[in-house]
Amino acid sequence: MKTGLFDGGDIDIAWCPGCGNYAILEALKKALEEVNIVPEQLVMVSGIGQAAKIPHYMKCNFFNGLHGRALPVATAIKTANPGLMVIAESGEGDMYGEGGNHFLHAIRRNPDITNIVHNNLVYGLTKGQASPTSLRGFVTPVQVAGVNLEPFNPLAVAVAQKATFIARAFAGDHDELKNLLVRAITHRGYALVDILQPCVSFNKLNTFKWFRDHTYYLDESHDSSDRVAAFRRALEDDPLPLGLFYEETGATTFEQTFSLYETSDLPLFRRKRDMAAVRRLAEALR
Amino acid sequence: MSAGKVRSGNDLSLLLCGEAGRGIQSVESVTTGLLKSAGFHVFSWKEFMSRVRGGSNSTTIRVASHSVEAPLGRVDLLFPFDAAALRHVRHRVTSDTILFADEDIIDTVQSPDGPVTAVVPFRKTAVELGNAVYANMVASGFIAGLFDVDFTLIGARVESLFTGPRAGLAAVNHEAARQGYDLARKIVDDGLFRSTIIPDSVVHDRAFISGAEAVGIGALAGGCNFVSSYPMSPSTAVLVFMAEKAREFECVVEQAEDEISAVNMAIGAWYAGARAMVTTSGGGFALMEEAMGLAGMIESPLVIHLAQRPGPATGLPTRTEQGDLQLALYSGHGEFPRILLAPATAREAIELSRRAFHMADRYQVPVFILTDQYLIDSYYTAIPPEIDGSPPISNIVETERDYRRYRLTPDGVSPRGIPGWGAGLVMVDSDEHDEEGHITENHQVRTAMVDKRMAKYAAMERDVLQPSLVGSEEYHTLVVSWGSTGPVVREALERLGRPGVSQLHFSQVFPLHVNTAHYLEKARRIILVEGNATSQFGRLLRAETGYRATDRILKYDGLPFTVEELERRLAALDGGEVEP
Repeated sequence: MKTGLFDGGDIDIAWCPGCGNYAILEALKKALEEVNIVPEQLVMVSGIGQAAKIPHYMKCNFFNGLHGRALPVATAIKTANPGLMVIAESGEGDMYGEGGNHFLHAIRRNPDITNIVHNNLVYGLTKGQASPTSLRGFVTPVQVAGVNLEPFNPLAVAVAQKATFIARAFAGDHDELKNLLVRAITHRGYALVDILQPCVSFNKLNTFKWFRDHTYYLDESHDSSDRVAAFRRALEDDPLPLGLFYEETGATTFEQTFSLYETSDLPLFRRKRDMAAVRRLAEALR
Repeated sequence: MSAGKVRSGNDLSLLLCGEAGRGIQSVESVTTGLLKSAGFHVFSWKEFMSRVRGGSNSTTIRVASHSVEAPLGRVDLLFPFDAAALRHVRHRVTSDTILFADEDIIDTVQSPDGPVTAVVPFRKTAVELGNAVYANMVASGFIAGLFDVDFTLIGARVESLFTGPRAGLAAVNHEAARQGYDLARKIVDDGLFRSTIIPDSVVHDRAFISGAEAVGIGALAGGCNFVSSYPMSPSTAVLVFMAEKAREFECVVEQAEDEISAVNMAIGAWYAGARAMVTTSGGGFALMEEAMGLAGMIESPLVIHLAQRPGPATGLPTRTEQGDLQLALYSGHGEFPRILLAPATAREAIELSRRAFHMADRYQVPVFILTDQYLIDSYYTAIPPEIDGSPPISNIVETERDYRRYRLTPDGVSPRGIPGWGAGLVMVDSDEHDEEGHITENHQVRTAMVDKRMAKYAAMERDVLQPSLVGSEEYHTLVVSWGSTGPVVREALERLGRPGVSQLHFSQVFPLHVNTAHYLEKARRIILVEGNATSQFGRLLRAETGYRATDRILKYDGLPFTVEELERRLAALDGGEVEP
């Protein structure tokens, strides 16, 4: 087999056989090859969970941090060095549950990062409890009478908060997924790609076939520059639309708002503190 | 005006008190600046309620011929700006206090053992000038007049305050200050008050600086270029200071959605090559605890400014305490090295904040700057630190192709690369990891990695700050202090003047210097003075050295120790009685 630029080498992958994560990993590596960057310029930031292990299976810089905390870390990395490509990737429990507040505020900031969310509607690593997107009635060892909460709708929230790139993909469609990832990665600003995927071990409801039967692709009739139309599509829950819901180009990114990048795009580590100015500051306080 | 005892001396305590939002702080700011410009040593501290308007807040300004860095409890000159303010500080007023106020306020305190009173029409004068708000400037001019400050200094100060769109207010404020000044000169001429404080030529070259400004300047000197925080009293002053300086010093300053985000941002920023700090207090830091372990595990440098306030929970939001030592010391699950610095004064806050960045970067550990509301909000006349010309040394390395972030080294410190600089990849993981940074469950690797991280304690030993011994080396009693309590203990002991009683002060509270036990073993009696209820530092000393405090002087009412209070409580211990 031909070795790809982002292949992680000989490593023991901890995912279950048949897991949707493999398909996402392959599509992501292909997408990265297409966008013409090198592993040394890429930083993958993840949290905790099965999806969050993905950086270990690739060739890249990575920050595999705490559960739910990938977005603040990713935002800061991009801000400290805007020359890096930064992808924050984890499961829906990590991004929408534990990290829900960060999700809301990352959208508000609009850093130039890509936020990939593996959404299998269940908790895998902790063995089968409900996730924020589990459907009502879904029975688990903890939700013994079935889930009684409204599923979290990440796309509608993202549209409401004016995310600048919002897409939903399905792990079973390699080309469509890869193409959406390419668009998300090349989008300048915060890009959300929510990827539906089956969990072969713990979700016997939302199977590969279930996703096939309950999704459809947005076609040319959908105008992805129309936020109201995007919101309407985001509220559809059966079948679930797939594809690009909304994109706004040209919005100011978070890192661009800092005065230090007005005149120079040097990353922070390349800048030297003006000690004479510090001395003057201390002396001025007299 | 009641018949007066003239209050003079070379060390006076002025107390300004009034409602929040009515300008006490502006009187403090103008007055302290003027007194310092006139060559007096000035120290001010404040206590205030957790509210934006109303209530009663006070600022105590100490003016002296010599260096002063601790609060006096007594009040020599009292300026209550409303009747409630007077009630708020009544317990600090004695028959030696001179009270300056409008007539209606004075009417509320006439009693035989009450203070000497002087009716001063602050508000009346202001109203005649067109607006009661000018009373602040009348009072500022008045205080300057009492101390015979050259009026040209006041004029210059007013000019500098009222510029730009406010320039039109300069003339009337100048006149308010002038009238206040003249009112004071009349008091002095009448013989009610005369200042005998002598200007000291060294004051001109000293900084007049708050604890918050000091932490900020120290951080900038340490190369801080990234601050992410969530506002929380009393730490916010540092966030505000850094935001003001962000443009000039090419610094990212971001208000995060919560403290969890703030500290994860800071760690992410260090990973990408920035030098980051969070500034927080009490419950805010409690939220950051999760990420302490992350910094510990991925061996990230991190600087945490923790401005203590009384807890638990919301506690007393705007008050002071030294109650979070153990929180900082044990924060985060698991075992990993850390450093805790606790400055005693503003000057030391500059030095230690700068040092915090060097230590964090050198050893790749979290470093705390442990202050408190008292230190952060106090203003000190301080010898400015030497800030040399060379920028901070960064220990970041350019990576090579086979770079391993956690390469095992004898001192536990692996060369720290960052993504995007060099041919290597920088891989960090909150799971236990191997030398490359990949997840592992190999027990030998686990043991090696724990040993690597903990080995840093031995490496750090050469950089641990010594405790400072104040007083004779021939002591039988040691009074032990840490952090902001240092100066008040020193002054109380100077006043007591007991032979054989010395002070041992710690500005680094963890890890402790190897000589610590050596100091303690020579003392027959060890008295811990701390601003908390459980002698947290005493416990730490005992755990680390085996020496136990014989006595403890503790305070946890939300206020700092005053010199007189500490003198009294130390004296009481001599009788063998330990106060509660």
